[in-house]
Amino acid sequence: MALSGVEIFKLLPKTNCKKCGSPTCLAFAMKLAQRQASIDACPDVSEEAKKILGEASAPPIRPITFGAGEKAVKMGEETVLFRHDKKFVNPSAFAVEIKDTLSEDEIAKVCQQVIDSEIDRVGQKLRVDAIMISNVSGDAGKLEAAAKVVAAKAAAVPVIISTTNPPAAEAAVKLFADKRPILYGANTSNADAMAAIAKANKAVLGVAANGLDELSDLTEKIKGFGVEDLVLDSGARKAKEIIEHNTLIRRAAIKKGNKAVGYPVINFMQREDSLLEGLLTGVGVAKYASIIVMSSIEKWKNLALFTLRQNIYTDPQVPMQVEQKIYHIGEPKPESPLFITTNFSLTYFIVSGEIENSKVASRLAVMDCEGLSVLTAWAAGKFTASKIAQFIQESGVEKDVANKELILPGYVAILSGALEEKLPGWKITVGPREANTIPAFLKTR
Amino acid sequence: MAFTAPKETYSGKVYPVTIGTGDKAVTFGGENVLPFHSFEGITPSRPVIAIEIQDVPPADWPDTVRKPYDAVSSDPVTWAKFCQDELKAKALALRLVGTHPDRENRSPADAVKTVKDVLAAVQVPLIILGSNHAEKDTSVLVAVAEAAKDKNCIIGKAQEANYKTIAAASMANNHKLIAMSELDINLSKQLNILITQMGFDKEKIITDPMCSALGYGIEYTYSVMERIRLAALTQNDVTMQQPLLGDVGMYVWKIKEASAPEADLPQWGALEERGIAWEAETATALLIAGAGLLIMRHPRAIKEVENLIDELV
Repeated sequence: MALSGVEIFKLLPKTNCKKCGSPTCLAFAMKLAQRQASIDACPDVSEEAKKILGEASAPPIRPITFGAGEKAVKMGEETVLFRHDKKFVNPSAFAVEIKDTLSEDEIAKVCQQVIDSEIDRVGQKLRVDAIMISNVSGDAGKLEAAAKVVAAKAAAVPVIISTTNPPAAEAAVKLFADKRPILYGANTSNADAMAAIAKANKAVLGVAANGLDELSDLTEKIKGFGVEDLVLDSGARKAKEIIEHNTLIRRAAIKKGNKAVGYPVINFMQREDSLLEGLLTGVGVAKYASIIVMSSIEKWKNLALFTLRQNIYTDPQVPMQVEQKIYHIGEPKPESPLFITTNFSLTYFIVSGEIENSKVASRLAVMDCEGLSVLTAWAAGKFTASKIAQFIQESGVEKDVANKELILPGYVAILSGALEEKLPGWKITVGPREANTIPAFLKTR
Repeated sequence: MAFTAPKETYSGKVYPVTIGTGDKAVTFGGENVLPFHSFEGITPSRPVIAIEIQDVPPADWPDTVRKPYDAVSSDPVTWAKFCQDELKAKALALRLVGTHPDRENRSPADAVKTVKDVLAAVQVPLIILGSNHAEKDTSVLVAVAEAAKDKNCIIGKAQEANYKTIAAASMANNHKLIAMSELDINLSKQLNILITQMGFDKEKIITDPMCSALGYGIEYTYSVMERIRLAALTQNDVTMQQPLLGDVGMYVWKIKEASAPEADLPQWGALEERGIAWEAETATALLIAGAGLLIMRHPRAIKEVENLIDELV
């Protein structure tokens, strides 16, 4: 938990020596509290005070990266419980389970699915982030063999090794020693051995507990072995319990400063029914999972989950924007109507939705107004006659349309005269004020 | 060290709402905690999913969701019975979309006949929705509210432009009422206040903060719902304690992801599964945000969301 300026002041030497650059120790303490200075600037502070300050200033949920290179996954660092308070920081990673009982061909096939899963949506690259190789056979040799296939076929993909057997763990984890894998399966009976393997191979350690009390005990114990990068599994498997545990862990870390559970959470959502598995994964995305393990990654499911993750993890303080361009709704012909609006995503969704409802194929020119809605953009001078004229001219839409007619949002009817002057040869038509009357508007044309 | 569970106690609760009559009546709401937080309070009812039907055949629905109803959807009564008897619907949502002036422009009298026929044929609770044409809805919904008198239906949707007549008709005929505003917690609160100032019982309102589909603004609906729930529970705000509606099907089944063929977009995967997943995932997100009542279309999406609810309660 963050300390106040006065609490920090009590830990300082109180000599007002100015060596840190601040006029007094109190002024320095205030800067520390606001994270505008580092304790290292004070040459005289005690080691003990440094330790207390270091712990207090650490983020409530430890930042951890797993995997290496371009596809490395960042986790933790969350600061809030609700997305409207502040942006959720590191999106949930999706992992697919590969059982070590599968044949080499089957494993290679899943590896390829993971590699091929990447798609582009609203300018972001989205993909299945990781592979979990699980030791369901109970055989160390089989786990290692499966891990070798994954290491060869999906070399860049971050890996989770799942086993509770230390010798099996060691052989498999070694294959990814420079790639920061997660070793999942440290429990009450193997914690010391698993911690040693994680430490030797620079792996993140996945803690497998049976309930929150045991989880809290285990993380404290493992920290005692010198392993600090952990991901947590409370043992919750049913949706109800997953919400309960994930919520209590997140609250304890953020609101109570409970360091024993201040780590990213891993949830196991494997279900026989792929759709149900996808819905559970959706629950995890909304409710605080850092890693979600699934049993299958069909493209239709991926698309829905990638989209949900992107939506939940957008910044609520920044208006979501869509790309500036001429959107086609249906299959417009040269004589189809051409609308213009701004690039605030909600404006776009509502306007394009209503044009779709009208069943009249159309073009929708979406102009970059920094994510503002029509009236706000107009008031802010971003949706003006000259800017609209410039956008329409540069878009090249002129050569695609038979009639040079532009339908303007009703709220900015005032712009129509000026726009006709700036866009010679164009007819400017004032459209509806509200999107929901677009179908009626199109019908009466 | 034992884990100290940081449980919350809330000062407010969500009103329980019962719809329908007799042994098919259903109740939703009533919880005094955030959605599915049964570990720190009471959650007496599970969310209810109403299956959507229409007064006119769903010619404009994409193939995926139209096909399961092809044999029954030419007649609202057959359609309603199919949903109740075969799909085991717990509630039905009859959307009188055919009354819209830009559609079939059916008259209030036509709508009354449809509602009476459906009510005579099924026992499960009925949600009666207009065509979302503020002006036409006033005449249609006033007529159908009277035709359904004492059946304890939900009438919707009352909006800022037309709430007075619709709320009055709903009140006079002992129905519940959907109050819809557009994605803004303050507008939602304002509308609830206006409706209760007419003498309408605040515990008979269902709040619709406006739905949006996954990928098409769902984060706005999600956060507005979450904020309404927090206001109800942590601030004991009596104007925000109505159960929330997610009108999912209508918003999902008009977007590109629900109808674009796999041949055009191979990276999007199988069309049928994709559309179903889109509806079910949208519903899931809204359940987690606080929806107590969902209106959905595809039988498979509904079945799997019910399975999810089984796990959540």
